[in-house]
Amino acid sequence: MLIDLEFEIEPGNFILAGEASSKIKETLKKLGVKPEILKKVAIVSYEAEMNIVIHSIGGILKAIISKDKIEIIAQDSGPGIENIELAMKEGYSTAPEEIRNLGFGAGMGLPNMKKYSDYFEIDSQKGKGTRVYMVIYNK
Amino acid sequence: MKNLHSIMLDKEKCKGCTNCIKRCPTEAIRVRNSKARIIDQRCIDCGECIRTCPYHAKYAVTDSLEEINKFQYKVALPAPSFYAQFEVDDVNKLLYVLLDIGFDDVFEVAKAAEIVTHFTKQFILNNKSKKPIISSACPAVVRLIQTKFPDLIENILPIASPMEVAAYIAKKKIQREKRIEEGKIGVFFISPCAAKMTYVNSPLGFKRSYVDGVIAIKDVYGLVRSKLREIKDVKLLSIASGKGIGWAASGGESLALEIEEYVNVDGIHNVVKVLEEIENGRLKDIVYFEGLACSGGCVGGPLTVENPYVAKNRIKRLSSKLKDKEESFSWWTEEIINSFSLKLEDILFEKELETNPVLELDSDIERAMEKFEKLNNILSMLPGLDCGACGSPTCKTLAEDIVRGFANDTDCIFILRESIKELANKMVELSNKLPPSLERNDE
Ligand code: SF4
Ligand code: SF4
Repeated sequence: MLIDLEFEIEPGNFILAGEASSKIKETLKKLGVKPEILKKVAIVSYEAEMNIVIHSIGGILKAIISKDKIEIIAQDSGPGIENIELAMKEGYSTAPEEIRNLGFGAGMGLPNMKKYSDYFEIDSQKGKGTRVYMVIYNK
Repeated sequence: MKNLHSIMLDKEKCKGCTNCIKRCPTEAIRVRNSKARIIDQRCIDCGECIRTCPYHAKYAVTDSLEEINKFQYKVALPAPSFYAQFEVDDVNKLLYVLLDIGFDDVFEVAKAAEIVTHFTKQFILNNKSKKPIISSACPAVVRLIQTKFPDLIENILPIASPMEVAAYIAKKKIQREKRIEEGKIGVFFISPCAAKMTYVNSPLGFKRSYVDGVIAIKDVYGLVRSKLREIKDVKLLSIASGKGIGWAASGGESLALEIEEYVNVDGIHNVVKVLEEIENGRLKDIVYFEGLACSGGCVGGPLTVENPYVAKNRIKRLSSKLKDKEESFSWWTEEIINSFSLKLEDILFEKELETNPVLELDSDIERAMEKFEKLNNILSMLPGLDCGACGSPTCKTLAEDIVRGFANDTDCIFILRESIKELANKMVELSNKLPPSLERNDE
């Protein structure tokens, strides 16, 4: 059995930002997923959601929950990432000044997503968009 | 996990309105048969329902002042928020009145707060991993985390609360100085809230509590006030500094810790919001999080009398007044720590905090997933108005209650109305049909 959650993320809307990951967390709590797992999913889904809000022109956040694993997929249309290797470096950010002033875009998003997921895959094409696929095993 | 709680309902006064179910942070209340009902396992004793009930039907069970007479030697532990209830210039007067109403001794929880501060500083210095550290001083917030934020349990400061430390020291001190055995000493917390009562009955992080009873501030307020007027001579009893007393109001604990990277939040719904952010990994630069369930902090506790804003101001004034004596007060702190050779280990949690799994739909994940799907199907049929007429706080909670088997879809008045409409249509249809004996084909 699978639970499939899908949320559309509005670009640039910091008021709504975080709602999708909150709903994912709420679902996992209802399912009784262990605190350690919950913590990882909370962080990666929030970071993924924020990335779409900050960098894209719109996208979706998906969570596919099964007994053994939680898959998080973030897909957006947007500028894409020019240099993935650079983007994966801690502290590297392309977020504009005004967003950094809000306390976001400190360049920890992708590194954190990688750090807290058991499997991490990123695929990006300049001008087309970015897709991040993450798996967290539930055991 | 034991699920005792101290908030009760006066059925006579309850009108079955939906004010309380809407405000409860853990969705612990339902209205059934025109009366509110608290689901024991979900209640965290935050007191929000006491504050919101327009008919004053919610109350907290605490001990009466007479309880103290069961003991040979009676000690009062006034909460720092107690100081803010009265217009007094000298704390000694307040403490002296406690002796006047029947206690043999007092030990200020505010002093214990300074001791907790001392050890918390040590803990923060050694702790490198989990940030932010979450204060464990408010038992309602600790229970909130156990219930709604299980992944943040490991961030909770594993140090006894000032009340507990005060009780521990008071008992040791009296045993030593007066040679009275422990069982004959009764230590009573003068409390702003019910959450502390629950704590004493089922401690968090510890096997037992050193507190023997909890007396509501509001229950001694009148007596203390009238005695204050008569007071003539005063003993020197106050040993707590402004920093310790400052714990009564939100932010006081953090201020005493003298760290810069802290966040203090009061009001249970605000605490929920910020815990969400901590969960998302958003407050990593913050070293300490002080969350208090009551608005304004303990000065706004449900068992206090004074307006919380006035009370907060008094705490501020008292604290700054005692500031110039800061050195002699810290001498007292050291004296106590040394004479009982207290170490950080002595006040660290003895056992880990458990999660309270009441939000789980099922303990088996596959079954929980099935229930989750059912829940969503039901939810899609409900109108999403969150009107509360069904007795559950939101449509979502009703759907959950249905899945758990505590409610029916026809509890929703909209679904009920639809069903009645369908039934009525059917009846009209049926009433137009004639029995075969009357049916005539020859017309
Ligand atoms: S005390 Fe708090 S948690 Fe308990 S029923 Fe009242 S509002 Fe809900
Ligand atoms: S803030 Fe203070 S008074 Fe209110 S519940 Fe917490 S400990 Fe009790």
